[in-house]
This record gives sequence, C-alpha cells and structure tokens, in this order.
Amino acid sequence: MRWLTRRSRVPPVLRLSLAVILAAASIVGLAAPPSQGQTSPTNPNGGAAHEFNPPTKSPEAPAPGDPTKSFPDSPGLRALGYTLYQGTCASCHGIALQGTPGVAPSLRRVGPGPVDFYLSTGRMPLDQPKSQPLRNPPLFNRAKIYALIAYISAFGGPRAPTADPAKGDLTYGFHQFTLNCAGCHQIVARGGITVNAQVPDLEQANPQEIAEAVRMGPYLMPHFDAKQINQHALDSIVRYVLWTRSPINAGGWGIYNIGPIPEGIVAWFIGLAALVIVARLIGERMDERT
Amino acid sequence: MNLIDRYAQRRFLRASRAAEQRVGLAGGIKWALRYVFPDHWSFLLGEIALYSFIVLVGTGIFLTLYYIPSDSLVIYHGSYPLLQGEQMSEAYRSVLNLSLSVPAGLLFRQVHHWAANVFIASIVLHLVRIFFTGAYRKPRDFNYFIGLTMLMLAILEGFAGYSLADDLLSGMGLAIAYSVAMSIPFVGAQLASLVWGGPFPGNSTFWPRLEIVHVLLIPAALAVLITLHLAMIMRQHHSQFPGPGRRERNVVGTPMWPAYALRSIGLLLAVAGVLFLLGGLVQINPIWQWGPFHPYLSENGAQPDWYIGWLIGALRLMPNWELVIAGRTVIPNPFWGGAAFPLFVFTVMFFWPALERRVTGDIRRHDLLERPRDRPMRTAVGAAFLSWVVIVFAVGSTDRIFYRLGVSYTTQIHVWRAGIWVLPLVVFFVTLSACRSLQRSGSHPLRAWQGNVVRRSADGRLEVLSDSPDRVVPPATEPPVGTVPGREFES
Ligand code: HEC
Ligand code: HEC
Ligand code: HEM
Repeated sequence: MRWLTRRSRVPPVLRLSLAVILAAASIVGLAAPPSQGQTSPTNPNGGAAHEFNPPTKSPEAPAPGDPTKSFPDSPGLRALGYTLYQGTCASCHGIALQGTPGVAPSLRRVGPGPVDFYLSTGRMPLDQPKSQPLRNPPLFNRAKIYALIAYISAFGGPRAPTADPAKGDLTYGFHQFTLNCAGCHQIVARGGITVNAQVPDLEQANPQEIAEAVRMGPYLMPHFDAKQINQHALDSIVRYVLWTRSPINAGGWGIYNIGPIPEGIVAWFIGLAALVIVARLIGERMDERT
Repeated sequence: MNLIDRYAQRRFLRASRAAEQRVGLAGGIKWALRYVFPDHWSFLLGEIALYSFIVLVGTGIFLTLYYIPSDSLVIYHGSYPLLQGEQMSEAYRSVLNLSLSVPAGLLFRQVHHWAANVFIASIVLHLVRIFFTGAYRKPRDFNYFIGLTMLMLAILEGFAGYSLADDLLSGMGLAIAYSVAMSIPFVGAQLASLVWGGPFPGNSTFWPRLEIVHVLLIPAALAVLITLHLAMIMRQHHSQFPGPGRRERNVVGTPMWPAYALRSIGLLLAVAGVLFLLGGLVQINPIWQWGPFHPYLSENGAQPDWYIGWLIGALRLMPNWELVIAGRTVIPNPFWGGAAFPLFVFTVMFFWPALERRVTGDIRRHDLLERPRDRPMRTAVGAAFLSWVVIVFAVGSTDRIFYRLGVSYTTQIHVWRAGIWVLPLVVFFVTLSACRSLQRSGSHPLRAWQGNVVRRSADGRLEVLSDSPDRVVPPATEPPVGTVPGREFES
C-alpha cells in the first residue's frame, strides 16, 4: 500500500478536478431517468403498455363459432375448488373473488382460460404480490386445477380459447408471429427483457397455454381479440411456436438462435482463443525468465 | 550430383542471373530472407489479423458473385418453407438463395462472418499488446496511427457487410445508424440523406453504394494501409522485449528464412483452419430465421455484431439529454452515445503517444519494449480506460443475465451509470499497486520461475550459478540464436 502514501506526479489541481468530475458524473448517472428507445418493447399493435399490476384483466372471448375448450364441472369439484381457493388464493384475490386493490385483481368473470393458464404454468399462487408471475412447477395436480377452474368459472366469464396447430399454416404463422409477438418474444421465440418485465421463451408452453395467453395477456403482455388474431392466425402462430423448438439450423450448431451475443462469445472465446493458443505454441520464447 | 541435377542448377542460375540483370531484386530478397523476428508469441497477434483479412478477401470474392444490391420488391419462391410467397427485397432474397441453394454458399457466408468477428477481435488484442508494451513510442507512433485507422475502417467495414443482407436484424441496425447520423449537429440531415439517398430506409441507390463501400472501397483502403503498416515494420524493424544480449540497436530472434516463414505459414493455415471449422460447424447470422426487414417490424433483443456492441451500450447508458436552443434540437440524444463516444475513445488513443511524451518528457527513440509493470502509470491508466470501454460494451448485452438475477432493467441502467465511473477508478488503483508490487518482487505474474541454474562440471559436481529465483541470466556460453549486428540508426 505504499503507493497510497507516495507523492503523486499528477498536479493537485488536475487530481481535484478529476475527482469532482467523476463524482458529479456518478451522481447524475444515479439520478437521471433512463433514456427510452433502446429496449422499450414496441408493441406492433400500438396497444398501450399495461399498468403494473392491473386491478382487473378481462380475457378476450373467442369469436362465435371458434372452437373452445371445456373443463369438467360438478358440484363436488366446485366444493373442492372452494376449499382450495379459500386456503391458498383468498388472501390476495379476496374471499368473494372481489380482488384486493393494489394487491391482486378480481377473479369474477375471468372464466376458465386464465385460471387454467395461471395454474397449469405454476404462476399462481404467487408468493409476492408485486413480483412478476413466472412459470414454475404447478403446485396443484390436474384434478385440483379442474376443481379451482370449476369453482372460479361459476362466477361467469368467457369460455376458454383453444388452438389446433394441425389446422395452422407455418408460413402464415411465422408472418403473424413476426408482426404480433417477436417485438417481445424474439423472432425465434427465445424471449428477452422489456423495460418492466422478463419475457419468457416459448419453449415450454403447450398449444392450450399459448391460446390462453394470447387471448388473456398475462402480466405486461397485451391481449389479442379475434379481430386482431383470428382463429386461423392463432392456430398458425401455435404451429410456428412449436416449430421454433427445432428450427432449421442449416449452418450447424444453432447457439440458441438469438444472434450476435453468443456469436461474439464464440468468436472471442473459441475462435480467437484457439488462435492465441496456436500463437503461444509456435511463437517461441527464448528465455522464460525475462 | 548427377547430370540432370547439374543441368537444373545451371538453368536456375542462368534464369536468376537474367532476372537480376533486368529487375535487380537479389539484394532486397536476401535482406528480406534474413530479416529477424523477435521471439515472442504476442508478436503473432497482428499476424492473426493479417491472415483473417486474407480469408475475408477470399471468401468475400465468392459472396460478391451471388449478392444482388437491389431493394426492388420480389416474391420469394425458394427452398425455405417458412417464407414461401413472402414479399422481400431482392438483396435479401439473393442472400437467402446464397445460404440455402448455392452449393457451399452457406459455408463461405459463415466463414466470412466468423472471419470478420475474429479479425476485429484480433486487432483489438493486438492493439492491447501494442499499448501495454509501449510499442507505440517513437519511431512506431506513425504505425500506431495506421493501426488505429485500420481498426476504425474494419469496424465500419463489418457494419456495412452486416447491413447488406437486409434481414430483420440488420434493418433494425441500419435504422439506429440512421438516427445516429441524423443526430450529428448541423450536418446530420444532409449527411444522412447523402448516404441513404433519402429518408430511411433510403432509395434504391443506397444498396449499390453500400455494396461498393463494402466490397471495394474499404477493403482497398485496408489493403493499402496493411502494406504500409508492414513496410514500416520491415523498415524500422520489430521492437523486442529486453533480455540478455538484446539492446536498443539489435534484434535477437529467428530469421525469416527458413525458420520464421514456416512458422508464419503455419499460423496462416491455423487461422484458415479455425475459421473454416467455425464456418462449417457453428451457425452464424441465420438470416432465414430472422425474416425480411420492413420498417414497421421489430424484434426483442436485436443486437449488432460484437464490435458495434459498445455503441449500443453507450446509447443505453446516456441519460436522455438533448441540446435545445431556441426551440430547435441542436444535438439530439443519439449523438452522445452513437457518435461522440466512439469519437472520444479514438481521439484519446490517437493523442496518447503525444500526451505521454508531454507528461514524461521522454522524446527519445525506443526499440526495446517495456513490460506492463515497468510503467505502472501507463498500465493503470490503460487498464482503467479499457475497463471503461468494456463496461459500456457489457451494458449493451448483459441486461438479460442481470434480469434473470432479479435486477430490473431500470435499476441496472442506474447502477451502471455510477459504476462506469467507479469501477475504472478501482481498476486503476488495483493495477497500479499490482504493477508496483510486481516490480518489487520481480516475479512474473503468470509463470514465476522457481529454481537454480546449475552447471555440471566434468567430474559430475553441480555448481550453482545463481540462487536468485528471478532474473537469472543463463550462462553466456553460446550466443543467442540469430543475433544480427546492430544496424546503424540516427536518432
Ligand atoms: C408487450 C410484449 C409482449 C407481446 C407483444 C407478446 N407477449 Fe407473450 N408474454 C409477454 C410477457 C411479459 C409474458 C410473461 C407473463 C408473465 O410473466 O406472467 C408473456 C408470456 C407469454 C406466454 C407464456 C409463456 C410461458 O412459458 O408460460 C405465452 C405462451 C406467450 N406470451 C405468447 C405470446 C404470443 C403468441 C404473442 C403474440 C400473439 C405474444 N405472447 C405477444 C410479453 C409479450
Ligand atoms: C400473493 C398474492 C396472490 C396469491 C396468493 C394468488 N394470486 Fe392470483 N394474482 C395475483 C396477482 C398480483 C395477479 C395479477 C398478475 C398479472 O397481472 O399477471 C394475479 C392474477 C391471477 C389471475 C389472472 C386474473 C386475470 O384478470 O386474468 C388468476 C386466474 C389468478 N391470479 C388465480 C389465482 C389462483 C387460482 C390462486 C390460488 C391458487 C391465486 N391466484 C393466488 C396475486 C395472487
Ligand atoms: C488491419 C489490421 C491489422 C493488421 C493486419 C496488422 C498486422 C500487423 C503485423 C503482422 C504486425 C507485426 C507483428 C506484430 O507486432 O504483431 C504489426 C505490428 C504493429 N501493429 Fe498492426 N495490424 C493491424 C492493426 C493494428 C492496430 C489496430 C494497431 C494499433 C492501433 C497496430 C499497431 C501496430 C504497431 C505499432 C506495430 C509495430 C509493433 C512492433 O514492431 O513492436 N496495428 N501489425
């Protein structure tokens, strides 16, 4: 630590002004708002960015004639659902599903779709009201999820959408996905981040969950009605999403299909590193001790 | 020696005499063959850049045969199922076909792109070695300027090439470049319309222009500068690390022929081999997966190649400041990160040699290199500056990792805005004290040599020549290989 006490050769005025400039820059940096524009998601639909923790969300109903998904229902299931709901959900969503302002939205009239989506992707029950719901191993088994769906959809709401990738068209799906989803989910559906949310990759969602997500818009994702994305487009998008799990990697190892970041890592840490090792081996060193 | 051999030898001698009488190169060739290269692996970093450039030119010529610089709209009916019937520019379609239909087209495209990434990476590493060993000092400062110019040109060249394909990613990159060009005070609008031939995405003259810049103008400029760079090295001779028998006025090392030339050819083959392996095995920029660019499209996480990444980081870090005078925005925000920042970084590097001469008062000629620890102040300032640029670079690409760790994007930007000033300071002081303590201990940071140099006499006894573990001078029995007599210089 002798360098601390040694007299510096830099004149004091220069040192002082450097310190002042650096300190000022740090303070300004901490205080100034981030400039937008760089990663803010551009929602191609022009939909306004959702508020953080919206008090209530209304899922879009499937258009008349579109296929829907039905879930089992019976007084017994509803009774089990009631018990489960009061045990795990009521603390946030309220004992009568009315929601808690500033904590969680009302679940009246959400219908079966959102309940199925949030429970089968393990997003609910949330452990922190303010945090983003993320995919987790589901807490409940299928039978209990059916029970909760039966109980909550008794309070009304649209029927759940569904999608059949076999009816979709891959080319059209790619086109629609680019138009509506790639701005957030990345073009090969590898996800990313936007200003207030982490956008998941779509490697795990099944067709049913994708359909429910599109119509409902979980968290900061916008919801799309049948005018924006009709049933054929939905089927096609689902087909494209399934395709992205093994895209055509004509060039070899796909390095996750997100482009320049892994490419730069390979260039530096495989390509150039290998060449530096070669240089090290053939660029002889005469005396190791200098 | 049999008759045929003797005949061949006579023919050869006669031919070379004839050539010598007319062209007279023998002296030069002899001089070149006996040119001595100092022995240190870090002197090969520049050669990696040189050979990557050669690979780039070679693969680039192949690509030029298939590329069509045109923005006219066409309908795709090629072999890729997901784009059937899709509307796209002819340029994009030509690169699609090159990738998916032309035999070996994808291999050449990928080798070309990997070579570009490795080329610029090796220039940066070369520059790091030049800087931290003080190789840029007089008389090599002129060559250092050439090197910096080449680095700038190489980055521009890479960006131009990346943009040629007109896919979704490169289109978004061009959109950012356009906004940066527009943001340059006073001349921005004219400059942008000069380059693009009109408002973004430009008119049809833009694509042929971009192609000429990428396949002809910048490569030709680079070739001229590389020639000049190498000619300057030959003329001034390489610098070398200090060591036994090494003085300011000599070079100790390996002569060009036969030893060094073979070594260097080996490196050429290794560069070509690694680049072709990457190109054949690892996918780079799969434009068919990105789809064509249309101005109304975007995708999350669009990034430029790594060598532009520092500008993306700078654009993100810069607070939303604009200079507004009398209601007119004189300096729009993208100017700071996209233009002022790289300008500042290169200006500092260009002025460094003069600055150092001013501060140290040392205006002498230097042919011996310095180890980083020999100049703690230079090393510390350089490391701090480097870390400053590297942090900006990291901000452009690590957001996703930090997000996964639960740090929100806004928090990240705020923290980095302070970190960008604090971390380089830390780097500065750590480097400074590391250099000084290394200087005191004398050990080599990576491979401290432990042991004694001994000599065994005729009767088998071992005699210890030196017991200091560092700085042992090897017994000066035989002279180091390839010493050339000191050349006469005027300083
Ligand atoms: C504004 C950005 C945005 C757009 C546009 C968007 N999403 Fe999302 N999406 C999100 C976010 C954020 C989440 C995570 C929600 C959460 O955490 O609960 C998400 C979640 C999902 C999920 C659940 C993934 C999982 O693994 O659980 C699916 C499926 C999905 N989106 C599909 C789509 C499709 C299909 C489209 C296009 C029609 C689309 N999204 C458009 C932001 C977006
Ligand atoms: C810690 C508080 C909390 C708990 C416990 C919780 N939730 Fe939620 N829930 C939320 C919040 C906050 C949201 C809003 C999330 C969003 O915007 O994505 C939400 C949203 C939902 C939605 C979507 C509502 C809509 O408008 O589309 C459903 C369905 C849901 N929760 C079901 C459940 C169920 C079922 C349980 C019990 C198993 C449960 N939640 C437990 C906080 C909670
Ligand atoms: C187009 C890219 C470049 C190529 C092909 C290239 C090639 C070379 C080669 C082959 C050498 C000799 C070996 C060596 O010392 O590494 C060299 C030396 C040198 N280069 Fe570069 N270089 C490039 C870019 C740069 C850059 C960016 C700089 C610095 C800003 C630079 C500065 C120098 C200097 C000062 C020398 C002389 C070093 C000495 O003799 O010790 N070069 N270059």
